[in-house]
Amino acid sequence: MPILQTPLDALRRRRSPFPGFGLTLGVSVTFVTLIVLLPLAGLGWQLSQLGLSDYLAVMSDERTLAALRVTIGAAALATLVNGLFGLILAWVLVRYRFFGRSALDALVDLPFALPTSVAGIALVALYSKDGWIGSLIAPLGLQIAYSWWGIVIAMTFTSVPFAVRAIQPLIEELDPDEEAAAWTLGASRWQTFISIVLPKLSPGILTGTGLSFVRSLGEFGAVIFIAGNIPYQTEIASLLIMIRLDEFDYPAASAIAGTMLALSLVLLVLINVAQTRLYRRLEGGS
Amino acid sequence: MSARPLLIAIAILFALVVIVMPVAVIFARAFAEGFGVWLAAVSEPETRSAIMLTIVTALIVVPINIVFGLCAAWAIARFRFPGRRVLLVLIELPFAISPIVAGLCFLLVYGAYGPVGGALQPYGIQLMFNLAGIVLVSLFVTCPFVVREVLPVLSVAGEDEERAALTLGASGWQMFRFVTFPNITWPLVYGAILATARAIGEFGAVSVVSGAIRGQTMTLPLQIELLYNDYNTTGAFAAATVLAFLALITLVLRGLIALVHPVRGAAT
Repeated sequence: MPILQTPLDALRRRRSPFPGFGLTLGVSVTFVTLIVLLPLAGLGWQLSQLGLSDYLAVMSDERTLAALRVTIGAAALATLVNGLFGLILAWVLVRYRFFGRSALDALVDLPFALPTSVAGIALVALYSKDGWIGSLIAPLGLQIAYSWWGIVIAMTFTSVPFAVRAIQPLIEELDPDEEAAAWTLGASRWQTFISIVLPKLSPGILTGTGLSFVRSLGEFGAVIFIAGNIPYQTEIASLLIMIRLDEFDYPAASAIAGTMLALSLVLLVLINVAQTRLYRRLEGGS
Repeated sequence: MSARPLLIAIAILFALVVIVMPVAVIFARAFAEGFGVWLAAVSEPETRSAIMLTIVTALIVVPINIVFGLCAAWAIARFRFPGRRVLLVLIELPFAISPIVAGLCFLLVYGAYGPVGGALQPYGIQLMFNLAGIVLVSLFVTCPFVVREVLPVLSVAGEDEERAALTLGASGWQMFRFVTFPNITWPLVYGAILATARAIGEFGAVSVVSGAIRGQTMTLPLQIELLYNDYNTTGAFAAATVLAFLALITLVLRGLIALVHPVRGAAT
């Protein structure tokens, strides 16, 4: 033991033979402080300046409430769509071999790779009245672009990879013998799926839909082009934050932003807790 | 009857309508009036300067992200210290924060009315509504990419070889260069590609802090919005093809790297 202990040595609980502790930790902490911690603290500080009554005044404003309703409702529907089709896509990608499978697998990541403003104008081009899809449904009296349904479409597009990629590894781990056993014992295909397969996939479905919902809540670029952005009807929360910022109403912008942020973080923590429980139950059961 | 053909048909149809058609329509619209019109649109001065700004941003952001990512992964994988888990959570946090909220946070601290921005203002230093602001928020949105690819690999590999190198008298730098680095090359490249794609494509966070000065602080994703709102749809789709093409290249590179080096860890 050296007689003089530097603060760094004290920080290093288990003596490690490796060099560079001070340098790498210093760089990391500086970066995280300037880029992540300080900006978040800024939002917290702004909110604490606001006071409860002002905060409630912003949040109970009709326009804020409408924006939250529009955002949460559309995100919920988009998540439902992604949960269902994500499950089918993941299943097909893992279980079946067919021409174009690896292309399909690669395509799933496209929404992550495509910048959101590019996705935004592309979706309008598709779903507006003279677009490839919009022109097909216009005669039926349906309109997707510049309506609430457009928001759902945009959110579905940007968050579909979450659902597929969270469910895929769990299908890979399934044991086909168990399904075969259920079959042999006389279970129907549907019964097998519900009682054997679905419970094992539930942690993935939960994570996938959860992440998809959180991403949809915060999506901005892809949505604003197709949404129409009419206050009270097709205005999402992110856009309302942006509008309040343009009006230099920083307190109102911060109140809405803080609420959205808190909602996302609480959801992510809940997903984490629920996922741990599900895994524990699955392991205990088998 | 087997469910197989039905499920495959549903999956392919869903992927075609939801994922492929939006990308196809970009190219169809951009080239609708021919290659000459497309070329003229992408070489317009404003679009050209947006492309330049986007490249400059990525060239600043990605190297910083790589250095930070390597440092953080090294510190977290090789040492136990108080606050280690907190550091990990903070690094992952930007994935959970929506772009507009992120942009707002930066404005509140680094803007002229914020504590840091206000303190720097007397010295004539402005951090928001210019390149500095764009770089700062891009660092935020790309923060987790390199760490989350490198860390899982670094945690399970190389410790013994590194110890051997040190015992045999290698300096810290030699150990990193000849022992550590070869182990993490592919995850590092992979993370850097993802960070580059994100830095080039970020829209929401950048639009809060860019100041939107035509020809000066418009990145390519912002320029697309500007052109679109100007009813210059051909220009907007032409600019969009550049980004869509880069997105497709990103996917191809990911596929190639997955062939060379199967990447462990999350898909994001």
